[in-house]
Amino acid sequence: MADEPDYTSRVAMPRRTRVAVGGAREVTQAMFTEGDRKKKIQGALFASVLLLGLSVALIAIAAMITWAFVAGGPRLNINLFTNVPSVVTPENAGYRTAILGTLYVIGGVILLIVPLGVGAAVYLEQFANPANKFNRFVDLNIQNLAGVPSIVFGILGLAFIVRGPLSLGFVAAAGSLTLALLVLPTVILASREAIRAVPSSIRDGSLALGATVWQAVWRQVLPAALPGILTGVILAVSRAIGEAAPLLLVGAVTFVTFNPSFFEGGYTTLPTMIYSYASRPQEELQTLAAAGVVVMLVILIMINSVAIYLRNRFERTW
Amino acid sequence: MKLTRTAAFAATVLTSALVLAACGGSSDGGDTASPTGDSSPTGDSNLTGSILIDGSSTVGPLTEVAAELFMQQNPGVQVTVAVSGTSGGFEKFCKGETDGNDASRAIKESEIELCGENGIGYDNITVANDALTVLVNGEAPVACMTVEQLNAIWDEGSTIATWGEIPGLDVPADFADTPLSLYGPGTDSGTFDFFTEAINGEEGQIRIDYTSIGEDDNAAVTAITGDVGAMGYVPFAFYQEAGDAVKGIAIDGGDGCIDPTPENVQNGIYTPLGRPLFVYASDSALKKQETVSFFTFYIANSDQIAEIAGAVGLTDAQKAEQQAKVDALAGS
Amino acid sequence: MSTTVENPGVSSSGQPLRSLEAPGPRIGEKIIKGLLWLAATLSVVVTTGIVLSLLIPSIGFFQTVPIWDFLTGTVWAPAFANPSYGVLPIVVGTLMVVFFAILVAVPVGLTSAIYLSEYASRRVRKSIKPILEVLEGLPTVAIGLFAFNVLTPLIRDLTPFLPWTGPFSIGVAGITVGLLIVPLVASVSDDAMRSVPASLREGAYAMGATKFEVALKVVVPAAISGIIAAFVLGISRAIGETMVVLLVAGAGNPVLSFDPTKGTQTMTAYIGSTATGDIAAGTITYDSIFAVGALLFLMTLAMNILAMRLVKKYREVYD
Repeated sequence: MADEPDYTSRVAMPRRTRVAVGGAREVTQAMFTEGDRKKKIQGALFASVLLLGLSVALIAIAAMITWAFVAGGPRLNINLFTNVPSVVTPENAGYRTAILGTLYVIGGVILLIVPLGVGAAVYLEQFANPANKFNRFVDLNIQNLAGVPSIVFGILGLAFIVRGPLSLGFVAAAGSLTLALLVLPTVILASREAIRAVPSSIRDGSLALGATVWQAVWRQVLPAALPGILTGVILAVSRAIGEAAPLLLVGAVTFVTFNPSFFEGGYTTLPTMIYSYASRPQEELQTLAAAGVVVMLVILIMINSVAIYLRNRFERTW
Repeated sequence: MKLTRTAAFAATVLTSALVLAACGGSSDGGDTASPTGDSSPTGDSNLTGSILIDGSSTVGPLTEVAAELFMQQNPGVQVTVAVSGTSGGFEKFCKGETDGNDASRAIKESEIELCGENGIGYDNITVANDALTVLVNGEAPVACMTVEQLNAIWDEGSTIATWGEIPGLDVPADFADTPLSLYGPGTDSGTFDFFTEAINGEEGQIRIDYTSIGEDDNAAVTAITGDVGAMGYVPFAFYQEAGDAVKGIAIDGGDGCIDPTPENVQNGIYTPLGRPLFVYASDSALKKQETVSFFTFYIANSDQIAEIAGAVGLTDAQKAEQQAKVDALAGS
Repeated sequence: MSTTVENPGVSSSGQPLRSLEAPGPRIGEKIIKGLLWLAATLSVVVTTGIVLSLLIPSIGFFQTVPIWDFLTGTVWAPAFANPSYGVLPIVVGTLMVVFFAILVAVPVGLTSAIYLSEYASRRVRKSIKPILEVLEGLPTVAIGLFAFNVLTPLIRDLTPFLPWTGPFSIGVAGITVGLLIVPLVASVSDDAMRSVPASLREGAYAMGATKFEVALKVVVPAAISGIIAAFVLGISRAIGETMVVLLVAGAGNPVLSFDPTKGTQTMTAYIGSTATGDIAAGTITYDSIFAVGALLFLMTLAMNILAMRLVKKYREVYD
């Protein structure tokens, strides 16, 4: 083989160039020394390993959904969606109040996390000086909050939102606020990654043409980062929708037969009721709990479809 | 295009669900409760107001049944039931935030202080009885045990590891070497407190190597069903619903083997594992007419309520006694 | 001719040059910047709230229980008649859950992400990604029930050589939590990999690389900071998961155990069951919740600081 060219360049290369050059060099060398067949097998093997990994996840999901349908099968009819809960006659019980409660609470969560989460991400990525100690502290804070168990947010919500400075009482709005604080770090972190991934040429070009930082962000960076931001929102909403423990502490009830309102009166959510039913001994209530999981799937798919539709529309590659 | 069709479908489903919800119930806020069954409202339908009960997850199911039946007769009252746990519930109760506290144990020192600080006068209203049942596997050749034997098994420092080691218990030779697996609720549970005090003499006194099932009593039943040498203890409702895979053994408290049945509990002979289930009521909550009505209803109908929820109803003597307490608290 | 930025004078052809300074004080911009700053600092407010609500009761706790006993004791029995406050058993419980979760989430999550971003056609990706996100949205209660009723017996049947006793298992709980965080890890990693500029990929393809080589040697290293962020997020979630471990791992018994086939309590399960249980508020036992919560908080803090250092080292910036 010819002498290996001297790549210790005196010109400083950015790391990604080094990565790309290194990768390309290895590939070209391999092509000349190892031949095609080994690579074909390698490639096929790798692809099947990937598919295996993905199938594990998909099979787990399919198994769970099947279990929910099978275990809840006896109770799957339209009454499940339109009737109010009943413990005296579980055959007639439905999840109407829980569905509405969930929609109200999640609606509140979305209204809160989109401006707050994206706003915080924009500030940290576009306006803040990364060397500033305070900004690094905020950074660390957000990362850390992502790992706090949901029950601690319940304790927090009880002390500061239901009572304390906000004193909202045991209402759906308090539940929304508590859950919003819980999932906010997810939105912020995902949005930050999304904003970071937008090439800075987009922003710089806009600034060069005379836009203010905010204008550049609002008109160029955010629309470009939208798919990643939406992923963050979907993940956050998915997490919030399935939470029961913090809501129990903050005042969600497990038995209510009237429609909820946002700022007054009792409310319940689907996971809260499912949790309550699952811990009862009666067989019919266990079935009802599994049927509740099916109800949750329907609601989840509805909410996610909207967000996914938006994400697909704004998808683009660089 | 596929996407727009999916989106359109999703939008239709969403809209129809919301329309269903809107049609299915009246406007939000202060509306009337709509009963699920076909029983038309009878009785005192002039009452209006709202009641919030919180507390134990053992008593909660009973209160839910009571709430539903009560609302069938009084559709103008909104009753909601929450389960934050007995202590979480007491914290809210003693701040006047709830109208009643479901409790599987009596109120404790720190909670009494809290109520005192906030000027809440209270009393415990027994709404049902419970028979704490010791379960073994359906195929285990044991039907009755004495309190001393249970103590020997469960007490702190006990080293009994097989069925043959239990003092004075007659087991067939082939069963004597079966390992004894112990299951019980977590240390945060009122059931745990009650059992340890009744069998071992002090709350929280128990051997260190039993397997805690945490919150889920259903798991105890599952565990015992799958293991012929297993033993555990659960509230009566779980025994009742469990079927033949498990057996509730009779307890000999000195007067012979007494089975865990509702009659034995009501006659007071199922000792020491018969216990009262409380809902604490406060004088401030009982200022409301609907709360008084609810408690009265609860006590009077305790048989029906307990049967649906899996507990044991009140005796007539108990009913009279508890009603008197409610009246005293309401009148004060 | 003296020119300034504000007063640039005229060009060589005699045309007046525009000033580069902003025409006005840009108040709107300042207001927006202020609002965004508020949004960012909200996190600090929340953390302060959490620290306050955890720290203050903990102080009372540590006046009775020496910190050394707390941190090194191996028997966790705070509600027993002879209480013991050694926190190690539940710390080990948490770490075991994280271990098994990583064992599952790293291979499954990463391979799914690589497949979605490099191999899958646009149509396949658009339909699979939402399905993964459904897994994220199922209530943890349901996932816990499923794991307890279906997964534990299944795994038990598949591994008869392990000493299984009882219906609980911390190992299965860890695996379940791992499955739970796969959508999170896969989605965020996938977004990170898709944001690697096509020019990098295309360059490698032009040099004759196979898909395998491009994926593993170009894209993954280039997106590594996003991938690490995804995993840190996933691990944080795994540490904080409460409901699944409650249902699948039970509460074990108070002694230290490294056995994955038995049930063990994690720190979150302890907080969860005690906070919604029947222990009287204001007692030492109840205050142990806050001590455990504080310890959990500090552990995730340490992990996050470590991760941030890692990420900073490997971050790729494109043009």
